[in-house]
Amino acid sequence: MSALKDTAKSAMQTAVRLTPDKWLPGATSDPLMHKHGLLGAPVSRVDGALKVQGKARFAAEVAMEGLAYAGLVHSTIARGRIAAIDTGAAEAAPGVGLVMTYKNAPRMKAPALFGTSPSAAGASSLPIMQDASIHWNGQTVAVVLAETQEQADYAASLIEIRYEVEPAVTSFEMAKGRARRPESILGEPAELEIGDAKAGLAGAATVVDHIYRTPRYNHNAIELHAATIVWEGDQLIIHDASQLVNATASTVAGVFGLKDHQVRVISPYVGGGFGGKCLWDHQILGAAAAKLAGRPVRIVLSRESVFRLVGGRTTTEQRVALGANADGTLAALIHTGVAAMTTHNACPEQFTFPARHLYAAQNIHVAQEVADLDMLANTFMRAPGESVGTFALESAMDELAEALKIDPIELRRRIEPEKDPTSGTRFSSRNIVEAYARGAEHFGWSRRNPVPRSQRDGEWLIGMGCATATYPYYRFPGATARITLNADGQAIVAMASHEMGMGTATTQAQAAAERLALPLENVSFEYGDTALPPGTVAGGSSQTASIGAAVIAAFEELVPALLQLAGNDSPLAGLKASEVEARDGGLGKIDDPQSHESYASILSRAGRKEVVAEAKAPMPLEMQKYSMHSYAAQFCEVRVNAVTGEARVSRFLGSFDCGRILNSKTAASQFKGGIIMGLGLALTEETLFDERSGRIMNPSLAEYHVPVHLDVPAIDIIWTDIPDPHSPMGARGIGEIGITGVGAAVANAIYNATGKRIRELPITLDKLL
Amino acid sequence: MKPFTYERARDPNEALRLVGTDGGAKYLGGGTNLVDLMRERIEAPERLVDVTRLSTEIEGKPDGGLVIGAAATNTALAAHRAIREQYPMLARAVLAGASAQIRNMATVGGNVLQRTRCIYFYDEASRCNKREPGAGCDALDGFNRMHAILGASSACIATHPSDMCVALVALDAVVHTLGVEGERSIPLVDLHRLPAGRPDIETELKPGELITKIELPPPLTKRSTYRKVRDRASYAFALVSVAAEVDVTNGKVRDARLALGGVATKPWRAWKAEEALRGQAATEPSFRAAAEAELVEAAGLRHNEFKIELAKRTLVAVLCELAGVAT
Repeated sequence: MSALKDTAKSAMQTAVRLTPDKWLPGATSDPLMHKHGLLGAPVSRVDGALKVQGKARFAAEVAMEGLAYAGLVHSTIARGRIAAIDTGAAEAAPGVGLVMTYKNAPRMKAPALFGTSPSAAGASSLPIMQDASIHWNGQTVAVVLAETQEQADYAASLIEIRYEVEPAVTSFEMAKGRARRPESILGEPAELEIGDAKAGLAGAATVVDHIYRTPRYNHNAIELHAATIVWEGDQLIIHDASQLVNATASTVAGVFGLKDHQVRVISPYVGGGFGGKCLWDHQILGAAAAKLAGRPVRIVLSRESVFRLVGGRTTTEQRVALGANADGTLAALIHTGVAAMTTHNACPEQFTFPARHLYAAQNIHVAQEVADLDMLANTFMRAPGESVGTFALESAMDELAEALKIDPIELRRRIEPEKDPTSGTRFSSRNIVEAYARGAEHFGWSRRNPVPRSQRDGEWLIGMGCATATYPYYRFPGATARITLNADGQAIVAMASHEMGMGTATTQAQAAAERLALPLENVSFEYGDTALPPGTVAGGSSQTASIGAAVIAAFEELVPALLQLAGNDSPLAGLKASEVEARDGGLGKIDDPQSHESYASILSRAGRKEVVAEAKAPMPLEMQKYSMHSYAAQFCEVRVNAVTGEARVSRFLGSFDCGRILNSKTAASQFKGGIIMGLGLALTEETLFDERSGRIMNPSLAEYHVPVHLDVPAIDIIWTDIPDPHSPMGARGIGEIGITGVGAAVANAIYNATGKRIRELPITLDKLL
Repeated sequence: MKPFTYERARDPNEALRLVGTDGGAKYLGGGTNLVDLMRERIEAPERLVDVTRLSTEIEGKPDGGLVIGAAATNTALAAHRAIREQYPMLARAVLAGASAQIRNMATVGGNVLQRTRCIYFYDEASRCNKREPGAGCDALDGFNRMHAILGASSACIATHPSDMCVALVALDAVVHTLGVEGERSIPLVDLHRLPAGRPDIETELKPGELITKIELPPPLTKRSTYRKVRDRASYAFALVSVAAEVDVTNGKVRDARLALGGVATKPWRAWKAEEALRGQAATEPSFRAAAEAELVEAAGLRHNEFKIELAKRTLVAVLCELAGVAT
């Protein structure tokens, strides 16, 4: 992603000169941001009925003639070579059509690594099944195709492999010894210093300085990774579960030496993405096997295979040092550390990002390193960096408040910056102080006793904690929207974007209906297919803004086209685009209720069935000019059993400041989902990576503990709903922020309950005994 | 999974005949553990003999005890009125395990024979003496947070995962079986073996021997309970669990039956704690002394050392609760 953002930046520097003035950030705000009709309404998901009826067909359910099912074999060593592989028994097993190994796999180029160009999607740059070498414990070493999944899995179990083991780096401690500083962290400098933080810390009246540790976490979306793949001549069609269809198509095309247009990726339904549903080996292996076998292939990863083939959040070790002046302002803020990574991926886990933007401090030092291990490529997982970075930073803030004997909310009020503390740019919109105040009131923060271990109910110690949540605003370049308006007054907005359950299709239909002044039932949103105009990744909580900006651009093409069609016999005759607005299912002159014509009327008079406008969003210059972030104040009440150390969250409230909320129902679900995932991060989830073998030892939902219903308390969600004047629709991202700050809010509440400060996640009961 | 044949037995004798003694067949109860292990390729039977149509009855005995058919589901067991009233610890233990869906399928006989959840046992790439005698044990120096502090050996430290069995061993349950040599009965506490050098041999059952029913003597008292300590609020195996039944008369412990789960290689009857309690004042210090006595031989490893103190604390808390002693 670093190079992606670099590319975006250099493209933007050119674009500053070329784009018309009206799209320079801040020149005009999106008029939609002040509309209160459909926008913000709790509209139920348009795909909801299909899903509850089982009619939404996911990637693993697409029907196809002559389908072969894929079974996988994973390596059991971390590094070395396949010395011998015996596929005879598998080939002879019932129903087996093909066994593919490095010996017979088609020759394929290595996938272009995500971030090396805007169209690169590879989670790793390693070649896939091209030679005998093993790079991580779990790498796919054979694919079996059979008539049924059961036959494929059984045959896969018959393959015998002998390895030549080579020394592997599978210990974080060992890798840390030769940690390196990456060129950049997602386009931002890996190290940044304002003033002299070391000196500032040394001279500070009060200092907290600690190491915080976070473990590996794995993606566990309910829907397993799956693809149904068919070659039609030299066209490759992948029915995928994907959150970046365009880049997947381009990258797969590169792997097979095809042109981009020869690969089509279709992904209308995704059962959870969170950063994990990108391009991994399985789509490429499935396409290779389909090519070799000459028949369509379905490849569905088992839960274990998801753990072996799809990376997750990597382990981090972070130092946060805070030096405070007597008045509670910060003399120094230091956030440094190291994350485990590989040499073949590009996900350095940006845990220092929050510290770059959250607090005013006289001296700031942030620096990140990566430690290379022989392991599966780690990847983006809901608020990569910010989730675990806020655990460290916001725990440290709580420790500082304790040391200063001031309320943690008051501490944050005192260090609220006027402008971005590291970039020096203005904030586009920042209301975290207000979010804290409202959250504190709703949560009953005033009832918190700052003295730890002072509230008890029988065996249970009760505590409250809070923490700041933050996630950057991103809008990625390249999104192109097409609006098709027909003579019945129906509009279809189309873009190869993604709906993974967040509510994208619903919210975009709402926004488009509002923009076109059409009833919601007249508007639909088409997505999830590379045959549509290109979209951007459903990542970085960017999609709503990215789509929104393209729809604005397309709308700006649509209006003059409609005026031209309206001609001289229309009440709109002679008006320029700047003089009209969408109103009551048509266009009308601004400030003149009489001057109006419906879309249907315009089109029928012109003898047209439809009018189509397509445009690409302008470059996201607002990201350059302003410091743009979503914020929240997270509040947690926890009960810790004094006998057993069991910690159970009893209440949670998130008070969000994310610009305009476009759909109060789907937004609340996004926030709650993020918070629940944060409870897992804080208390129960941990990938057990055996450092002797580099092998993940708990690849199942029985042993990898995501929160169950009983672990999730009532969660209250409130928001400021203050529009961001510099984003489409006034909205900033909401998909990832929910998980941020949760780890610290829980840890801080546990401290308040027990007097025990836990600086290593997850906070399991043994740490509290 | 490996292809296999499936047959359903109409009666215990037919089941016995169908399974035979060659080791190639397994009895199938609810399948919630066995089928899982077959998918994971840890178990690979050639034949499955479904015994879920055999006795599912739960009947009272003239002496006030109870007989439970081996094919009774966990759900039926936990919901049975006599169980809830006379043996509350058993109902609570069953409900503390698995999920409602799994309990609906799982049988009592199958629960007794469920196998460990040791993550190295489950992983084909790891060494495990239970799967492959003599291979070695990767749990000893690996992730052993879930593992045993009691009854372990240098060959195996895997815990027995059942909640139900912990209550049953506390209640002096007796297992009735049918084998090629006829019927016999075995106290449940003697059914599971300590691993010693052969962790692959898990019970005293002979090849083909079928559990037909489980018999409970009358309860000591209705004051019994089961407490499970785990990493999440539901659907997690026990780190420590305690099944306890205590008869306190005039401030003294007249008798107690105690068992521990999550800490041992088999459902662990806490004989030493019981012995230490009998005749003592029902006070927290005596409970603590009993807990110390039980865990005197407990041995912790790198990640599970905490279980020793956790087990003591949980045992004391449960005894205090049952005796009505404030903590």
